[in-house]
Amino acid sequence: MRDAGAIAPSAIHAARGILPLSAEGLVLRMAGQTLIDIARLTIDEGGPTMVMGPNGAGKSILLRLLHGLIEPDAGRILWAGQPARAGIRLRQAMVFQRPVLLRRSVAANIDYALKVNGVPRVRRPAAVARALALGGLEPQARQPARTLSGGEQQRLALVRALAVEPEILFLDEPTASLDPAATAAIERLIADAAARGTKIVMVTHDPGQARRLGAEVVFMHRGRIAEHTDADAFFRQPGSREARAFLAGELVL
Amino acid sequence: MLRRQFIGMAFALVAGLGLAAPQAQAAERFIIVQSTTSTANSGLLDAILPAFTDKTGIEVRVVAVGTGQAIKNATNGDGDVLLVHAKSAEEKFVAEGWGVERFNVMYNDFVVVGPAADPAGIKGSADVVAAMKKIAAAGAPFASRGDDSGTHKAELKLWKEAGVDVAAASGGWYRETGSGMGATLNAGVGMGAYVLTDRATWISFGNKGDFGVAVEGDQRLFNQYGVILVNPQKHPNVKAGDGQAFIDWLTGPEGQKAIAGFTIEGQQLFFPNAARKPAVQG
Amino acid sequence: MQDFTEPFSLALRLILAGDAELLGIVLLSLRVSLSAVLIAALIGMPLGAVLAVGRFPGRAALVVTVNALMGLPPVVVGLVIYLLLSNAGPLGVLQLLYTPTAMIIAQVVLVTPIIAALSRQVIEDLNGEYAEQLRSLGVSRVASVPTLLWDGRYSLMTAFLAGFGRAIAEVGAVIIVGGNINHVTRVMTTTIALETSKGNLALALALGIILVAIAIAVNAAVGLMRGSERQVAHA
Repeated sequence: MRDAGAIAPSAIHAARGILPLSAEGLVLRMAGQTLIDIARLTIDEGGPTMVMGPNGAGKSILLRLLHGLIEPDAGRILWAGQPARAGIRLRQAMVFQRPVLLRRSVAANIDYALKVNGVPRVRRPAAVARALALGGLEPQARQPARTLSGGEQQRLALVRALAVEPEILFLDEPTASLDPAATAAIERLIADAAARGTKIVMVTHDPGQARRLGAEVVFMHRGRIAEHTDADAFFRQPGSREARAFLAGELVL
Repeated sequence: MLRRQFIGMAFALVAGLGLAAPQAQAAERFIIVQSTTSTANSGLLDAILPAFTDKTGIEVRVVAVGTGQAIKNATNGDGDVLLVHAKSAEEKFVAEGWGVERFNVMYNDFVVVGPAADPAGIKGSADVVAAMKKIAAAGAPFASRGDDSGTHKAELKLWKEAGVDVAAASGGWYRETGSGMGATLNAGVGMGAYVLTDRATWISFGNKGDFGVAVEGDQRLFNQYGVILVNPQKHPNVKAGDGQAFIDWLTGPEGQKAIAGFTIEGQQLFFPNAARKPAVQG
Repeated sequence: MQDFTEPFSLALRLILAGDAELLGIVLLSLRVSLSAVLIAALIGMPLGAVLAVGRFPGRAALVVTVNALMGLPPVVVGLVIYLLLSNAGPLGVLQLLYTPTAMIIAQVVLVTPIIAALSRQVIEDLNGEYAEQLRSLGVSRVASVPTLLWDGRYSLMTAFLAGFGRAIAEVGAVIIVGGNINHVTRVMTTTIALETSKGNLALALALGIILVAIAIAVNAAVGLMRGSERQVAHA
């Protein structure tokens, strides 16, 4: 449960934020293969962090490990230098590649996320209204969520995630299956959230998108961090051979 | 809110049904009579019980099963009165203390029914033992209750008198249905097998096909019914007063008159004999 | 050759006559079976959901057991309940034998495994879709059970109807624990059994036709409830 003061993200950041997020000696194996092997990674406050890399590099798995959906075989995740404690999940949120919407109305989807996050009943209607306005979903508020278009569904998933005012938001290729207009709407929401102080950690395939949104880039290759640099520097002059090849459009294996 | 509405609808449905349900729990004063299919299915009890209920205000709830099961249920205390037709088993029930005392109520008779083709050539016989010998000799199909009921016990006694070992023929011409009288008649009609049945069930039976009575009138086919109050000392929940009132009525002039007055298709099916000892022993 | 038109016209005549006796039997059938299925659903659906999302030792064995219990023979259930409720049995003091309540108990025992097993399948499929999102929202496995049950409500209706079908059509258990007492515990199926034993096959079949018609009506009613609810509640 949050206390009242924790509702406003700015207040949290000022007081006792959960960042930086760091991973130490993180290893995940499956069926004899090492999927993740990361000695050290620190993600601090600031602009959006873009996680890039070829298919199978382990981007989505890294996101799930950081978010706590998967337990690593070795290593640990630290929040502000401390191991994850109870309730830490309530200060994060995640948007998946394919939005998972409850079989309820658009408004009820947002209300549910607020409820399980511990937002008191009296505060929820206003928070739902804000989220609907943010996503431009007011006309569809009473509509079954699963009858929305693909773009609207992802917009709902995103404003639902933002409704709980997370300090950090993980996004796993949220626009992978959307058309340019829907993609633009999602990017706008992400950029606005970042501007309001929410830390964004986002997996993307699209160098253009990473360039538009990213402040820094984590480039992965075969389960390892190949490069972790400032976005400008990354796109101007990638440090690793794999990243150079990736940006040049070559097939990186 | 919707969730409540949803569940509420379901509950309202059931509650509504509960209110609309018949007077299941309405009658507070009732007794349970463990009886046999022959008395219940023939319509005898339906015909005579209302008079008793009108007079005393006691509802009579009849559980109609085979005599064996009726006695077992009464032994468990699941009934106040036992009304069956297997004298030796009834006497054993009383002797072991489960019942208070046995009274004769009435008798009816058994008949052997069979297909029109009459493969054993027994039609019109008045000697049931000879007829059963013929059935065995011809290997003509015979459907037995095989359920330890009063009728089944009576049938086994007749086979014994005829000197036929039906256990050896089981599965051959001798077929044990292991079910009630009606089900056994249905099976018998279906496979053209002779059946020993009480006359009451036979007359009111609706699926006779080409079957008719083959053997009747033998003294050994008489079938005595007895009534017993379940022993309240064994089972304190037994409603001894109301149960005894029913027995008194059934064996008294009013009940006996009602039994005699019950007919189907103009035939009297049960013959009251409470006042005297059973006229005939099988 | 049997005449199959007679039972149908007889069924129609019975319905049109609005016979009070028949109505009483039909209402008792519905009351007993719907009560049993509602109680079985209150037990079976959460149980199925826990089996679907739970990770505890013995879960696999429990799933197999529940699946196997779907095939419980009604007569055996009737016998066990009879022995429990009999005046000679441990629960005899409750004086429930030969009452509608005893019939409801027997049907609850019969129907709960069916609802639990079907619910487990429904919830397991739904959980496959929801699990990651719910964990992300901070909802634990146990806490996700009500959410899964609510969001799976339309699929769970099928489990409910399967249970109802079993209950309303069952005769072996209710005839033992109910005793088929006229005006007290006589329901559709025991009446059909009785009329069959009297050789009144056409009447038995006519009652069977009415029973099927009732089952169809209940299924249709649930279907309608589902349809209108879907519009209001936003599936």
